[in-house]
Amino acid sequence: MSRRWATVYGVLKGGWSAAVARYAVILTVALIGYAAVLLLAGKDPVRAYADTFAYALGTRYGFSEVLVRMIPLLLTGVAVALPARLGLINVGGEGQLYMGAWLATWGAITFTTLPQFLLIPLLVLMGFVGGGCWAAFAGLLRARGLVNETITTLLMNYVAPLLVGYSVYGMWRSREVGSAAFPQTVAFPSAARLPRFFGTRVHLGLVLGLIALFAVWFVVERTKWGLKMRAIGGNPEAARRLGIRLGLYIVVVMFIAGGVAGLAGMAEVTALHGRLRAGFSPGYGFMGFLISWLAGGSPPGILVMSFVLAIVFAGGTLLQISQGLPFAAINVLMAMILFVVLANPRFSVSVLKRALAGKGRQR
Amino acid sequence: MVVPSAAESRGALAQSGENMCSRGRVTAGVDRVSARAGHPIAQLRGVTKRFPGVVANDAVDLDLYPGEVHALLGENGAGKSTLMKILYGFYSYDAGSIHIDGREAHVSSPLDARKLGIGMVFQVFTLIPAMTVAENVALYVPGLPLMLDARSLGKSLRALGNRCGLRVDPSANVRSLPIGDQQKVEVLKLLVAEARILIFDEATRVLAPHEIEGLFEIFEMLKKDGYAIVFITHKMREVLACADRITVMRRGKVSGTVRGSEATEKALIELMFGGSVPDQAPRGVRDAAAGDCILELRGVSTRAHGVGIGLRDVDLAVRSGEIVGVAGVSGNGQRELTDLALGLAACTRGERLILGSNATAWGARRVRAMGVGFIPEDPLGMGVVPWMTLAQNAALGDVETYSRYGGLSIDWQHVRRDVAAAFAELDFEPLETWVPVRTFSGGQLQRAVLARELGRHPRIFVASYPTRGLDVRSATATRRVLAGLRSRGGGVLLISEDLDELFQLSDRLVVLREGRIVGQFLPQELDRHTIGHLMTTSGDGHE
Repeated sequence: MSRRWATVYGVLKGGWSAAVARYAVILTVALIGYAAVLLLAGKDPVRAYADTFAYALGTRYGFSEVLVRMIPLLLTGVAVALPARLGLINVGGEGQLYMGAWLATWGAITFTTLPQFLLIPLLVLMGFVGGGCWAAFAGLLRARGLVNETITTLLMNYVAPLLVGYSVYGMWRSREVGSAAFPQTVAFPSAARLPRFFGTRVHLGLVLGLIALFAVWFVVERTKWGLKMRAIGGNPEAARRLGIRLGLYIVVVMFIAGGVAGLAGMAEVTALHGRLRAGFSPGYGFMGFLISWLAGGSPPGILVMSFVLAIVFAGGTLLQISQGLPFAAINVLMAMILFVVLANPRFSVSVLKRALAGKGRQR
Repeated sequence: MVVPSAAESRGALAQSGENMCSRGRVTAGVDRVSARAGHPIAQLRGVTKRFPGVVANDAVDLDLYPGEVHALLGENGAGKSTLMKILYGFYSYDAGSIHIDGREAHVSSPLDARKLGIGMVFQVFTLIPAMTVAENVALYVPGLPLMLDARSLGKSLRALGNRCGLRVDPSANVRSLPIGDQQKVEVLKLLVAEARILIFDEATRVLAPHEIEGLFEIFEMLKKDGYAIVFITHKMREVLACADRITVMRRGKVSGTVRGSEATEKALIELMFGGSVPDQAPRGVRDAAAGDCILELRGVSTRAHGVGIGLRDVDLAVRSGEIVGVAGVSGNGQRELTDLALGLAACTRGERLILGSNATAWGARRVRAMGVGFIPEDPLGMGVVPWMTLAQNAALGDVETYSRYGGLSIDWQHVRRDVAAAFAELDFEPLETWVPVRTFSGGQLQRAVLARELGRHPRIFVASYPTRGLDVRSATATRRVLAGLRSRGGGVLLISEDLDELFQLSDRLVVLREGRIVGQFLPQELDRHTIGHLMTTSGDGHE
């Protein structure tokens, strides 16, 4: 059993009960830790949690906002999980998200006359290509054996927002009356706005995210390309000897992963903001990494964990209002969750099991 | 539980202070041991060890006497190593007892074993390459003083080395030592740690022929000092050369113990195989005149990677219907040569030709597509994806063939059929196709890779140590397959450390040393010693 936990993809194979137990332990410990922080800040953790869950799961508006928050998390989670199958560590979700938004913005403010049925696919493509190229560059350096992709993707996270900032402060800055004071582009034409559903802010990005999740699962688990990818991740030496083109796969997979993260950025600006703003992402790209790790790379896990973290995000907005907590306070909770993950939940689960087994024996 | 004599000696050691491995103490230990000659130093009674699905040791009895070399002979998987790992405390045992010096001992960890005077030299050495010999040994000195006196340690090590035929420069870096000397350091470590029973697990596997003789000389010296030596091997020749007592194991059981002086090869083989001796593989006779060149290297040099060595000016040709054997101590360019043949490494100079086409610039994919197969030196690390199943690994060998709907799906039925067919053709025992290959034993894994690669009926086969880790039956089958490939017009580049195998199979032999080919011969022109020296002596004034 312990070896099962050790494998990154062991969550599914360990069985549903094991996966659920793992998530439950992680979240419980993190929530208890965060409650202590809230207490220290003089807030009432029980009320804060009750408020959050009642809002997020109990109200129609709250639930729809959770789904809205979930879209970029789902996409960036996929963007981390896919390269992980090749043993690549993509920590550049944030940068790729910004570049997807950047290129999509260019499309939206350039092709203003196109009808919606042409412009939306074009913007989706732009978002994908923008993020994809940003990641593929890191992949190329890795494939050439020059620089590790973890370093490049991480550092390029700091370049992409600056590029977006340069654009919105400079050439793309809106001259509209009233909005010129802000660093942002002009509002996109209405044809460039992603469709929304059910009268809420839930938009087409959710469909894109689910498609991406399913497509990645299908390709990796069922197709010949997936077999080769898993071989590269499992043993690159053997894969090389079997004539699999590692370099090609690394670049292409990084492109696709970056593209998926780029879709998140594209969806944010075209569906929600309707214009490109500097610093529009509250760290969705970094959260993607957390989600993929929490989920152990498994597709259902990514779905569940992006939903859970979306509740945290939505709760952060709520607590800002109801408890007067700064939004950044949710970063403490995120850090707690990551800390528990890194502190090896296998340990806590096995301790729990041993305790139960011990009790059984005493009886 | 601690044996009194061992406790005494440790007490003496603690008092002796800075002079940790003085000659006097070793001698005292010897007197102690030889005083009891005639009585076994270790007795194993009814030792049984079960692993899931297999009984690795089934009620094994074994007596080890001081001043004797006790060989444990048997096929791979016969349970020799398991038994010794039990004695060394590496595995627990399910039943039976172990007595050391006549007292029951509970060996539950290697630490216990070391306290009882049991030491083991593993196949893979446990030295720290960046440290000197003295430093490596010092790690094993019980009760090491706070400040290390390197000079006195070196001096006593040198004295001990001279006495026991283990001459190694204590100030040398372990990294710079040849394998044979590294092994001596391993033995020194055990002697310093007061071991009286020395277990050598497949100690000769990494040694050149003259180094093996050196090891046997060391055995002689250690015997005179009253040490009990256990020598695990599956090589008949070595057993007959050095053992005083031979215990043959078969499928976890002792099938017989004989005195070394009375043993004959025939009797031992019968004990090993229970009368059903495996077929002899075909001799190295070419069926027809060798045909066209199918793999050719012309003046090829490669860049050295890491600690590896680059090839220099290698000219080599493999013709169809020919097995070319490459002899050499590993680490002299074998890895680079196979990488080159498989298209994994690029030539910095020279040309590579495959089936008559200039393949200098080809990558691994194109080379493989031309019908080049391989068995790597480390099948788990280089040949398969460990956590994938046998079927998945088999499919990886030829993804395009098994793809359906343009690659959207894979025909697993077809894969399983082909795996079964390949195993049947090679006369290997079939393996479960849904099991992750990392759970296979070394021999099973080797068979799995061989089946995948040979199932494709390659034109050229690059075989690195193809029978390493195989039991005799599978090894024979593998050699038969290589010979069969040759008779069907294929060409084999055979890289091996097993000179018997090279002589038996090869039509031509080349010797690789320091990245160069230092000799090309027909097997009948050469004897083992000449080739051994060619493999190891530095001829070009290097160093």
